[in-house]
Amino acid sequence: MFLKFSKQLDLHGLNPYLPKNIEILQVNLGKMCNQTCKHCHVDAGPHRKEIMDMDTMQYCLNALDVLQCKTVDITGGAPEMNSNFRWFVEECFNKGVKILIRCNLTIIEANKKYYDLPHFYKQVQVEIISSLPYYLPSKTDAQRGKGVFDKSISALKKLNEIGYGKENSALKLHLVYNPTGAFLPGNQKALESEFKIKLKNLYGIDFSSLFTITNVPINRFLQYLKDSGNYGHYMEKLLQSFNPKAAENTMCRNTLSVSWDGFLYDCDFNQMLDLKVNSSAQHIKNIEKEILLKREIITGLHCYACTAGAGSSCGGETASD
Amino acid sequence: MKTYYNPEDLKKFSSIGEFEPRLAKKFFDYYGEVFKEGALTEREKSLIALAVAHTIQCPYCIDAYTQDTLEKGCDEAQVMEAVHVASAIRGGATLVHGVQMMNKFKELSM
Repeated sequence: MFLKFSKQLDLHGLNPYLPKNIEILQVNLGKMCNQTCKHCHVDAGPHRKEIMDMDTMQYCLNALDVLQCKTVDITGGAPEMNSNFRWFVEECFNKGVKILIRCNLTIIEANKKYYDLPHFYKQVQVEIISSLPYYLPSKTDAQRGKGVFDKSISALKKLNEIGYGKENSALKLHLVYNPTGAFLPGNQKALESEFKIKLKNLYGIDFSSLFTITNVPINRFLQYLKDSGNYGHYMEKLLQSFNPKAAENTMCRNTLSVSWDGFLYDCDFNQMLDLKVNSSAQHIKNIEKEILLKREIITGLHCYACTAGAGSSCGGETASD
Repeated sequence: MKTYYNPEDLKKFSSIGEFEPRLAKKFFDYYGEVFKEGALTEREKSLIALAVAHTIQCPYCIDAYTQDTLEKGCDEAQVMEAVHVASAIRGGATLVHGVQMMNKFKELSM
């Protein structure tokens, strides 16, 4: 029904679709989360028991050296719920790599044992990336669960208090905007400007930058699209908005994704679809940079989400003017 | 033709150039320029377009600009306020003609 993504790449002379480098190692520490968001591509929640063990974390640390990655991007679930989280982050810090943590904010408010997370983040110079789909409670709670907005605002204030997200601060606090429905995100710069004004005026909150991320039609979001009768329209919109420039800069071309059990994927979305890398090195313990750089990236219809409009990645737009 | 308005026709808007490509190109170039950020933001322009869509009661435009305002980060209150602006102007335009009516009424009355 829809043109295969690989055919689309063919039409634009982008095949074979290969990585340019492996600059970022994205590590999923587990699917356990204190939230159950409606759009979650991980299908994460409090009921999930898949958690990365310490041996696999050690392999990831070794892989940072083997791959010569400049950045480790730590995600989940709520990665903080992994009991070895702090050890792993400290080890990454000792290696001198840039550390990104995808913090859902509410974890900071969830339990006494997490109250000092902002200070821990500061101590190990973590760059924080947190979802806040809107600057008002209704849309945020509709996507992320009742009461999430108020807890998120409280956590953001705590991060601001110790310097995160303040103007000219080295402590970076980025927010992620996901559309709260079956539509694509607008211009990242314009939305960032709107969020900065509103969050400052309404709650006195500062942040470093806003990443707009297109919802990828897999797992819970796919189910929502189908249940609400929006699947066909959404896919058509993604296909119509295909941007070859965005396809040249997708995150799978400079990132390697590791699952909680150590398997390797081209991206976090392929991980959730269990589409392992097309390589003889499919596990973190057998990692070989040269082999992985020659692999062809596995694509599917879901890839259209990363190539629509100004592009989308875990770091926001990829093809801005 | 079973209905005058078909939602699928919106997707075919760009094919309007099939019968007269030269003027269609001029129109779409102009349209694209109009909606670019200028003295007004793209978001403000989208809200104006949504309000106008209601005034001219164009179902294609309401469909397109509801989606566009959502993409540009507008919430329920903002899009509805835009519609109320359209409604107030449309209603006001009717009512202000009452002055003309009153003038004529008085002119003809003893």
